[in-house]
Amino acid sequence: MCIFIVISLPLARLNMNGFMYKSWWKILGSVIVIYTTVAGLLLGVPHLPILNETIRNLYFHVPMWFAMLTLFSISVFYSIKHLLTGDQADDLRAVESVNVGVVFSLLGLVTGSLWAKYTWGQYWSFDVKQNFTAVAILLYFAYLILRNAIDEEQKRAKISAIYNIFAFPMMIVLILVLPRLSDSLHPGNGGNPGFNKYDLDERMRMVLYPAFIGWSIIGYWIYTIRFRIRSIENQQNS
Amino acid sequence: MKKFIVALALLFSSVQLFAQTDSVEMADVLRSNGKIYVVVLCIVIILAGLLFYLFSLDRRLKKIEKKSTGKN
Repeated sequence: MCIFIVISLPLARLNMNGFMYKSWWKILGSVIVIYTTVAGLLLGVPHLPILNETIRNLYFHVPMWFAMLTLFSISVFYSIKHLLTGDQADDLRAVESVNVGVVFSLLGLVTGSLWAKYTWGQYWSFDVKQNFTAVAILLYFAYLILRNAIDEEQKRAKISAIYNIFAFPMMIVLILVLPRLSDSLHPGNGGNPGFNKYDLDERMRMVLYPAFIGWSIIGYWIYTIRFRIRSIENQQNS
Repeated sequence: MKKFIVALALLFSSVQLFAQTDSVEMADVLRSNGKIYVVVLCIVIILAGLLFYLFSLDRRLKKIEKKSTGKN
């Protein structure tokens, strides 16, 4: 849990010094993502019933959620910063990182339900994990719609920043806390052991953790592109 | 004594059988054919292509940024 905060916050801060224009971290992210894809498909995995080869989905499905968490953390960081400084650019950063985070969350949801079809038997079995993640995504859709409903720029920035600060802990509770408290099919929830209990061995760690970092970097990169486009648009409109 | 040995032998053989049923079906055929590498290569080409596209978008954006800062 703490890892994504540790990764996301320095990334958010580095932004100031033209970090988003550098290309070394983009190359690093690309290399990591390609490595995890190749290693994720070829490296040995534990032989487990029901899961069979689908255990490799762990390298692709879970990093989507991790990238989403990173982007939403960046967003809430800038929402707080906006309330402290009143800088309009921070509001733009907050909304653009949510825009990218929502895409990653939808990818996570779709890959999750596809995986569920072949292991749990149904695309959507109304499992707590599935339901609550869907609700968490709706929370962020509401954030994006709320923004469009307000015309005045400063008011919009302030109200949506406050909404975002409340939505973030709600999302964490919905995705990571509540599913653990009740019965769930999803690993790691409801007395159902997580992959890391005995299935996630050293070989898998060597792929999964880099995948978290790599996909977070790619998500951050797409967010910087969106933010830069948005700032140029704003410049031309004003 | 003989019965005991037979029973023991049967027990061990059954243990061995039990261990054999433990094997889980994986994509071993695809791997032994070497055809899994075709899939891996395809995915890597797609991924590399998309990442390259992202790089080119980034470059184009940089040009536009330079232009717009030059105007102001």
